Amino acid sequence: MPEMTRFDVQARIAEIRALAEAARDKKAAYGPDLDLSRFNPAADAQSVESLESLEKQVKEVALGVGIDTKEENRSGTYFQVDRSPIYERVTEMYGGKLEIMSTAQALQLYPELMYEKYYWRAVAPDKDKYTAQVALQPTEGYFIRVLPGQKIEKPIQACLFVSENNISQNVHNVIIMEEGSEATVITGCTIHPKVREGLHAGISEFYVGKGAKLTFTMIHNWAEDFDVRPRTGIVVEEDGTYVNNYVLLKPVKSIQSFPVARLVGARSRAVFNSIVYGLADSYIDIGSESVLEGPGSRSEAVARTVTKDRSIVYSRGRLVGRTNDCKAHLDCRGMVQSEQSTQWAIPDLASEGAPGAELSHEAAISPIAAEEIYYLMSRGVPKDEAVSMITRGFLDLEIPGLPPALKRQIDKALEETAKESM
Amino acid sequence: MTDPAPLLVVEDLHVSVGDREILRGVDLVISEGETHVLLGPNGGGKTTLLNTIVGLPGYRVTQGRILFKGVDLAGLDIDERARMGIGVAFQRPPAVRGIKLRQLIEVAADGRFDEAMLADLVGELSLENMIDRDVNMGFSGGEMKRSEMAQLLAQAPDLTLFDEPESGVDLDNIAVVGAAMTRLLKAERAGMSKRSGLIVTHTGHILEYVNADIGHVLYGGRLACRGNPRDLIDEISRHGYDKCVECAICQR
Repeated sequence: MPEMTRFDVQARIAEIRALAEAARDKKAAYGPDLDLSRFNPAADAQSVESLESLEKQVKEVALGVGIDTKEENRSGTYFQVDRSPIYERVTEMYGGKLEIMSTAQALQLYPELMYEKYYWRAVAPDKDKYTAQVALQPTEGYFIRVLPGQKIEKPIQACLFVSENNISQNVHNVIIMEEGSEATVITGCTIHPKVREGLHAGISEFYVGKGAKLTFTMIHNWAEDFDVRPRTGIVVEEDGTYVNNYVLLKPVKSIQSFPVARLVGARSRAVFNSIVYGLADSYIDIGSESVLEGPGSRSEAVARTVTKDRSIVYSRGRLVGRTNDCKAHLDCRGMVQSEQSTQWAIPDLASEGAPGAELSHEAAISPIAAEEIYYLMSRGVPKDEAVSMITRGFLDLEIPGLPPALKRQIDKALEETAKESM
Repeated sequence: MTDPAPLLVVEDLHVSVGDREILRGVDLVISEGETHVLLGPNGGGKTTLLNTIVGLPGYRVTQGRILFKGVDLAGLDIDERARMGIGVAFQRPPAVRGIKLRQLIEVAADGRFDEAMLADLVGELSLENMIDRDVNMGFSGGEMKRSEMAQLLAQAPDLTLFDEPESGVDLDNIAVVGAAMTRLLKAERAGMSKRSGLIVTHTGHILEYVNADIGHVLYGGRLACRGNPRDLIDEISRHGYDKCVECAICQR
């Protein structure tokens, strides 16, 4: 390649830094504002040869967010503790089909490519103070690339684990689905049972190439004093499909997340499914945005939210149509189960210079129906069990493409949460 | 031969819904192995009586009592009554999002059911297309009744209450529902008491498919008439409810 056309990596690094510096104190559009100075930097952790050597408690909580430390039925694994990637592996069968490494390694391996096309290209470093924090004090994150035409049948798993109290884990993840590739990625974010408070700020940038398909399932399991600020951007090209499944069933102090999918290619698609259980004093502000730019692009967002205790849940959904031939639908249903909890359902539709865009929504907030409870009771089910069964049924989205083992785990977690909260 | 033991005893039952008194002194005894039919005009209180026995909230007993197997049901919750052996087939059961018919059959069976029994039930009631759907969600009238029958066959109650089992059901389905009702009521139960039933019907149509022993007419909040169910229906179809209350075949 001639020298003059090479991308200037150093200039871009300086630019990212300058943008981030300027946004250091920039409040986020949604969610409670956090004082970032109260969190300590994340510490180093020791690498492991095998996930089986992890302590039992770690393995258990990892399993709770869909991470199988035995790696059965997985094509590859990335495991990060605090600031350190401790384990990365692609199983033999998938060697040469997919790459898994830390984002820092990927930046070293493909500097021009990464800085020019992927790194901080789907999420802006100056979006708010949390993106700025990740840009200025990055603590790794995963890089997954599926090579052109490769269909990875078994899920890839990535665990972002916080083991120390009151640290700030600032991860930056990049997934590249090359043309015609297909994969399922399960990301489990969780903490050691001893961790009470802390911050997880996570940048995720996903690129779904021509005719590629990415099913991304994220399960969160935090603690009552833990704050979470993911920032996610997805770009989908021609005939590409992105499916996002998000599951939060445990208490958290606050979480605010609003992934944005840009459907730039013709016939590109995005699907967002969210299952959220608001418990204790959780402040949960979640949503998604689909920007439909490619002709024939389609999007669907389905959210089910339940609030109990004193929880506050915002369920947002934004659809922006920018091409005449596009169609998108939002479906957010909420169930309020306590007098002290609050729910907002906020659908938001816009057609920008696209008179042919078809955008629609259904939003509903309702109580658990008494007649449904009595119906189950008339079959001999005690009242509290009936409530728990109905709640579980309400949250059961029957997400297509979910690996059966993960589905069972989510069902189990739903059941446990429903029982515990009774 | 001794008379069969009474299973359900309703004594001087007065029930109000809101400020309105609907039942004004109902007396009814259903013994083991008996199937009774409750006829009466719309709004006469038939469903109120059923729902009061089931224990649904909103039906306030202001006088009298209901005994089941000798136990006063006052203060017992719906699920406790169900576990004592009272089952109900609702006229219009609610749709429950996310709960499959299969799950409801399993909880109703409470561990008494195995895969083979479930497969038999699915075959008998043609549940193939419904068993893994959300219960009553988009079910047709016939599907809804078949679903109710399946749950009750799994629950195997000692006393089953049927609220308008023929309403909204086409002829093919009535036959299937009627056969299930018969199986439910006449099932041989080794060493156990025979099952009983109370069928609420507006038209009496279901009696072409199920045998009933005793008929009652609930009129003006009281059981106004008692007799052979078929005779009562003939009488009502000829003269209407108003006359029926005074007629000669009444054994009351």
